[in-house]
Amino acid sequence: MKRMISVALMTVAVLGSALRAAPARKMIQIKGSDTMVNLVQILAEEYMAQNPGAALAVLGGGSGTGVTGLINKTCDIADHSREWKQKEIDQAWEKGVTPRFFVIAVDGLSIIVNAKNPLEKLTMPQVGALYRGEIKNWKVLGGPDKPVSLYGRQSNSGTYVFMQEHVLGNKNYSTDMKEMNGNAQIIESVIQDEGAVGYVGVGYLYDKDGKIRSGLKILNISKEPNGEAYSPLDKAAVDTKKYPVARPLYQAVSGKPSGEIAKFLAWETGPEGQKIVEREGFYTIGGDYKALNEKNFK
Amino acid sequence: MHKIRLARFKESAIRAFFFSSGVLAVLILIGIFATLLYTAIPAFKEIPLSEFLLKKTWDPTSPEKAQYGILSMIVSTLMVTVGALALAVPIGIGVAAYLSDVAHWRVREIIKPIVEMLAGIPSVVVGFLGIVLFGPAIAKIFRIGNGLNALNGSVLLAIMSLPTIISISEDSLNAVPPAYGEASLALGASRWQTLIRVRIPAALSGIIAACMLGMGRAIGETMTVLMATGNARSFPHGFLDSVRTMTADVAIELGEVPYYTTHYYALFAIGLVLFIMTFVVNIGADLILHKYQEREL
Repeated sequence: MKRMISVALMTVAVLGSALRAAPARKMIQIKGSDTMVNLVQILAEEYMAQNPGAALAVLGGGSGTGVTGLINKTCDIADHSREWKQKEIDQAWEKGVTPRFFVIAVDGLSIIVNAKNPLEKLTMPQVGALYRGEIKNWKVLGGPDKPVSLYGRQSNSGTYVFMQEHVLGNKNYSTDMKEMNGNAQIIESVIQDEGAVGYVGVGYLYDKDGKIRSGLKILNISKEPNGEAYSPLDKAAVDTKKYPVARPLYQAVSGKPSGEIAKFLAWETGPEGQKIVEREGFYTIGGDYKALNEKNFK
Repeated sequence: MHKIRLARFKESAIRAFFFSSGVLAVLILIGIFATLLYTAIPAFKEIPLSEFLLKKTWDPTSPEKAQYGILSMIVSTLMVTVGALALAVPIGIGVAAYLSDVAHWRVREIIKPIVEMLAGIPSVVVGFLGIVLFGPAIAKIFRIGNGLNALNGSVLLAIMSLPTIISISEDSLNAVPPAYGEASLALGASRWQTLIRVRIPAALSGIIAACMLGMGRAIGETMTVLMATGNARSFPHGFLDSVRTMTADVAIELGEVPYYTTHYYALFAIGLVLFIMTFVVNIGADLILHKYQEREL
């Protein structure tokens, strides 16, 4: 009996000291956009390799999940590939969270079809009509006589919301759209399905060796019906916003960033982080986004 | 004297423990139902019940007008479940009959644990098989663009409900009094005739209960169908259409829905409908099983 008591006491002592030691290494929780999750994961790993004291954990779940997480204080940094809705900002302020936004990369949201599809380009109104379900056969667009098979994301995805706002003209998606779990699943489906059209972040188009995945065709997109069409792989077109579905990828934090979070954000948006952004297939941030970041650091 | 008192105390403590475990299970069920009901009811302040159950379009995040009709999802759920049963029931009863009446005992000793192990495969793994194996196969067989449809979901759910159907059906076949089979054979019936006309009818209520429990499993399954059926919100017109089940919809949307909004309450209302559906199925299975056990006595 005495031995049991002493063992129990020792266990309590060991546990106690372990608990006291834990807060020395605070884990920074990053949550949100599935389009950004791979990129941010790699950024975090590289950062932790350079700063042994830092601990970052990156989770996906969709932009909506990240935004909700920051509002409910279950994460420190929210990844989001769409802007916050006014409702979300109001909700955040109510809970004492004052979001500040940082652009860490730029994405050329890519409209992809199966490699067997003869189309090379589409206009923005055409993409919108496809996803609203107004065009149900590829022959309407000068393609083969094949039913259109729509692939998209689920409503918790920032990409879903971005497409709805900027391409569908704030109209409903076709209910025939298959709603997939993530970018990778859309790509795999489009490679297999000859009638497919899908939308994914530009960073997901590449395989491990940095080549475009085979079986895919990335469409050139023009803003106006008679305008010139640009590819999301064309950095200059994305930078100058000639590619019409380019968008910033954000991270949001509550209040003025400080400590490790501020250091990480500065590193990501600095030359080293941006080099990784480019290596992963996304685009580096230009002057106006840099200015926005500077403002929000202060 | 001291020892006896201790034994009595132990006895009553053990009894209290088991009693409270039983009560706890009931309390948890009541608690879940109450929470579900409490959170679901506000939804019907803004959505008329008839619209909720009978409208086909579900689009709660629509920028035009939020729509809360779950008919397509109810039909999708039933389609996938019925499809799964259509595949799993004949195979399941066949395997059960083989195990109880035909197989050599050594074969049975090998197959039975394997069937039971099938029940332990995580649903994500089954869903993964649906994406990489069954989906492309279905697309090829039916010459369609993709295999993300109700048929894929049915096949996967059939695989997941097979262990339940097989093991309970086999138990009920084994519980048929041996005299029935012996009498049939003595009258000159073949083994096949004995199995089909005597033993399976005698075990029928147990087999039906097995199928209903398998059905309960199929209705409530989430991850597998979420991964393999494509989740399109439109009303399905056939097994080759992409479908979104009620479980998949709740799983997709609950993570990001703003709390205490109509959409939030509506998701709980879907959960409530689902709960009632599985509850009815399970009660049905229980009643049938009960009848069967009574007859055995």
